[in-house]
Amino acid sequence: MSSAHIHPIANLLAAVARLISGVQVQWAGCEPDERQRIYFANHSSHLDFVVLWSALPSEIRAKTRPIAAKDYWEATPLRRYLANNVFHAVFLERGGASKSAHTDEHHFVGRHLMDAMADALGTENSLILFPEGTRGSGEKVGPFRSGLYHLAVRRPDVELVPAYLENLNRILPKGEFFPVPMLSLLTFGKPMCLGQDEDKDAFLERAREAVASLRRIGVA
Amino acid sequence: MFEFIHDTKLDWLYGGVLFLLLLSTVIGRILKARHRSDASRTTIDNLNARIRAWWKMAAIFAIAVISGRIGSLVLFAIISFLAMREYITLVPTRRADHRTLFWSFFVIMPLQYYLIGMQQFVLFAIMIPVLACIFIPPSIAVAGDTEHFLERASKIQFGIMVCVYSLSHVPALLSLNIPGFQGHDARLLFYLVIVDQMNDVLQYVWGKLIGKRKIAWRVSPNKTWEGFVGGALSATLIGTALWWATPFTPLQSAEISFMICVLGFSGGITMNAIKRDIGIKDFGVVVEGHGGILDRIDSLCFAAPIFFHLVRYFFVPWHF
Repeated sequence: MSSAHIHPIANLLAAVARLISGVQVQWAGCEPDERQRIYFANHSSHLDFVVLWSALPSEIRAKTRPIAAKDYWEATPLRRYLANNVFHAVFLERGGASKSAHTDEHHFVGRHLMDAMADALGTENSLILFPEGTRGSGEKVGPFRSGLYHLAVRRPDVELVPAYLENLNRILPKGEFFPVPMLSLLTFGKPMCLGQDEDKDAFLERAREAVASLRRIGVA
Repeated sequence: MFEFIHDTKLDWLYGGVLFLLLLSTVIGRILKARHRSDASRTTIDNLNARIRAWWKMAAIFAIAVISGRIGSLVLFAIISFLAMREYITLVPTRRADHRTLFWSFFVIMPLQYYLIGMQQFVLFAIMIPVLACIFIPPSIAVAGDTEHFLERASKIQFGIMVCVYSLSHVPALLSLNIPGFQGHDARLLFYLVIVDQMNDVLQYVWGKLIGKRKIAWRVSPNKTWEGFVGGALSATLIGTALWWATPFTPLQSAEISFMICVLGFSGGITMNAIKRDIGIKDFGVVVEGHGGILDRIDSLCFAAPIFFHLVRYFFVPWHF
């Protein structure tokens, strides 16, 4: 699978996502760049990934792959097709064990998964990651799982770009099928990297705060 | 499907608008070259931004009106959608309102414009104030969240009344069928929009020039009695001078224009009160680049339904 291949419907899909979400994109901490990056953002809606993906310029988008929950994206033939052929998703198993944040490092961040993510990055790709692991209510950014930390350790050359998606929890909240077309905001923050001697918990908390600090409207 | 409208008097209206736009652009340029202090800069930049917006609005509006009933209907349906989108984005709603909002956007709104297209006057008049307003509270109640229940129901009802119901009366003018005025309804639409927008502008200009006594400083710090009276009278004068384009006599035209001005003012001050309450200055500021439509049409939303019914009551013989 060549990840730089642009599927014919990719641009159309991106346009539809931008239309539904009325997303306004702010590159507050950095500029769009083709260099390898991991975009990590808060997660409150099934639209999060598509909106973030659609907000990237198309040549960057073509090389940017989501880390996606296998159970969701393999559930229907359409989703499976989109995930494999348009988004070039990297699938991740969300087992029962990963439901608890305490046990996640043993099961969720299995070595094979880290290998898969590192492979997906390769030499030219970027990733989109939602380190909360599951959708929240949108009121606050939940604790991050450790995948981002392990990726940062493995690939210190890749920029980690925090992003905040606002109002998508209102456009398509958890448990709803139809969206309500309100306007949303997507803010990209300042790239960060793992500090020297920074331990896992400190790094993950710093990354979480980097995302949360990009929030702009009080309306939730 | 598009019946193109040819109408000499309509051409004169277009010409007049074009002249006003050119004139204001020239004035804007001159002011910009003359004034260099920071304080006046901000005002003049703001004025020039408004002038640029008017050019765009006038162009879109002209194309829609030329393309006839369907064109206007589509244009105002899109404006309703964008205004409602802005409103709901900024007015706090809760999770349990989701399905009601979905119905409002994708069923009630299209149905309202469809009924106008079908010229179903009775249905179109009761569609939102009766049917939708009865539908909304129980549909929120069913979702099971009682927190701020009455507030939430009212917020959605108000939004849909202003952004959809009221605004939809503008394209409905094209279906009025006034005896002796058939085929010229586009002029009425033009008349309403010109008087309304001129009233907005002139109230702003008069307020800047001689405004002193604030009407409700906490709601709209820029609205003054001098601005209101000066703006309403001069816009009424413009409206009166346009009587030849309407089925009205000059006196009727003066009365109707004055009413549009007072209603336009009411719309502006009401929407300002909502903005202050939410804590924003413009519906456009929070989501820059996307917003501001509601800020432009608030006065029209209040003037349109009453203008429509006034004209229908006095100029269209009763028929059901």
